Amino acid sequence: MVVIGIAIVVFLVAMTVLSPVIAPHNPTALSVGPADSAPSLAFPMGTNRLGEDIFSRMIAGGSTMMEVAGLSVLICFLIGVPLGLVAGYSRRMVDSPLSLLMDSLYAFPGLVLAIAIAAVLGRGVVNLSIAIAVVYIPTYFRVVRSQVLTIKELPFVEAVKVEGGGTLNVLFRQIFPNVLPSIAVIASINVADSVITEAGLTYLGLGVNVAAPDWGFDIYYGYQSLLAGAWWTVLFPGLMVVLLAGGFTFIGEGLSEVLNPRLRR
Amino acid sequence: MSLKSYIITRALLTIPTVLLLVTIVFLIVRVLPGDPALLHFGKTVNPTALAAVKHALGLDVPIYAQYYNYITGLFQGNLGIAFSNEQPVAPQILSAFPATLELSIGSMMVAVIVGVLLGVRSSRKYGSVEDVVIRTFGVVVYSIPVFFLGLILISVFAIAFHILPSGGRIEGLVPTGGTIFGVHVRTGLYTVDSVLAGNLGGLVDALRHLVLPCTALGLYISAVFLRITRSNMLEALGQEYVTAAKARGLKERTVLFSYGLRNGLLPVLTIMGLEFAGLMGGAILTETTFAWNGIGTYIVTAITDRDYIAIQGAVVFFGILVSLVSLVVDILYAYLDPRIRY
Repeated sequence: MVVIGIAIVVFLVAMTVLSPVIAPHNPTALSVGPADSAPSLAFPMGTNRLGEDIFSRMIAGGSTMMEVAGLSVLICFLIGVPLGLVAGYSRRMVDSPLSLLMDSLYAFPGLVLAIAIAAVLGRGVVNLSIAIAVVYIPTYFRVVRSQVLTIKELPFVEAVKVEGGGTLNVLFRQIFPNVLPSIAVIASINVADSVITEAGLTYLGLGVNVAAPDWGFDIYYGYQSLLAGAWWTVLFPGLMVVLLAGGFTFIGEGLSEVLNPRLRR
Repeated sequence: MSLKSYIITRALLTIPTVLLLVTIVFLIVRVLPGDPALLHFGKTVNPTALAAVKHALGLDVPIYAQYYNYITGLFQGNLGIAFSNEQPVAPQILSAFPATLELSIGSMMVAVIVGVLLGVRSSRKYGSVEDVVIRTFGVVVYSIPVFFLGLILISVFAIAFHILPSGGRIEGLVPTGGTIFGVHVRTGLYTVDSVLAGNLGGLVDALRHLVLPCTALGLYISAVFLRITRSNMLEALGQEYVTAAKARGLKERTVLFSYGLRNGLLPVLTIMGLEFAGLMGGAILTETTFAWNGIGTYIVTAITDRDYIAIQGAVVFFGILVSLVSLVVDILYAYLDPRIRY
């Protein structure tokens, strides 16, 4: 599963990076063909309402989504992991309020929260990434915290403490490496969620709205054409989102299967 | 801990959570860069008019006073006054709620039925081709954005084959408190309303409108149920009492359902509570896709209008709703499984 997932993701990233070379048409050139024309030899995925070549837009349209997903995971990692480490390792004075805050955020409908933040912050890759990251930080926090709670009681941690290892040393040099595998699982599943959330926010009109082609935007934009029967305007960008999110889900599923042998009989 | 004291403790714990949540949303709208009123009305509006509007909406007092007013208002069921039509937000949300509720209930039914059945099947056929196919189905369905799934269903069943309607809740325009198909709108749940009126035509029509949106949203949520049922069944079926039951020569079906599923299903209940939040998020996207006049559509209109008070109201409403649902689920869970009342 991990291998399939990695293959999909590598393929999509390579395609996006190489898009200026491999796209048959300029993805943002208007009227390269008739508007809303069905898939044909000249336009394998048809054209959209503006007569843009959908195939070229698919090849080039992943960058915004990948940037937002990558950046939001980075933000989650940088905030959720240290907070989880500290909360799990410290006494109740620090742990309780942090946990209460994170639990409130976690209980919240993620997309609804992201909508509120994205609506207030306004458009842009960074703003969208923040809106999505806030939703997932509690997931990192909770997993890291619960792992730390068990790991900190293990003999090897005690040993380092007895030898006089400082708190920071114990936390980041001893405990952190042992938490990393779980973080890898959450991160890969989280990227998939970010991709879908990004597409959802864009669909609701809260997207980055750049001049560059974007799968999420194309689904939003194709809606009217689809109702008129031009299914290809929505089908292909949708499949690209599914492929990207699916790739990451496969990686996450595979990793958690490897790391959780209890489920294998 | 007795069940009674567990319920009281759990209910008391909900209060700080909800309060914290309301505060977070309040701060997001007030403290993040930009004056919400200015963002809504644009820079062109003249300062006196803007000041008048802010005064009317209570936005000209210091932030702590606004917070105090907001919280006290909340206890009286007041969610503030919308920018766009200067009407109270709470009644607008309440009138949109039945639509969202009807969609959610239908979708949850689809999700649980599909998810649990496939999960049981896949645990029974562990490691077989069928297991792999079902798990792949789970991954794919979970990776499909719910609105994209909805759009596919629309183009197949509504546009290509004309079997089901592409959107809306019932044919024709429905005024609140008015009649549809001769059915008086009482609860706002059109299926319930038409049953109450004994109107078969209305019921069939309302159900026809529910099929596509509930399938889209239900399949999306079903992936979670599938996964949790499968892994719990695998764990339950590996227990000694299951082996003992098999050794006693009980039928596979009996072992599967009476011994495996009964213990495998408890966590499904918890997931139902947790997934309620996901359901609400998915409902927003599904409503937009299917022109479903619920809270999701209300939020999207508020986004377009840059009506932050309306957005805040809807978000707070969803937050409180989800907290209450998880409270109910936890209590139910404690009732069913005494081990949980530590």
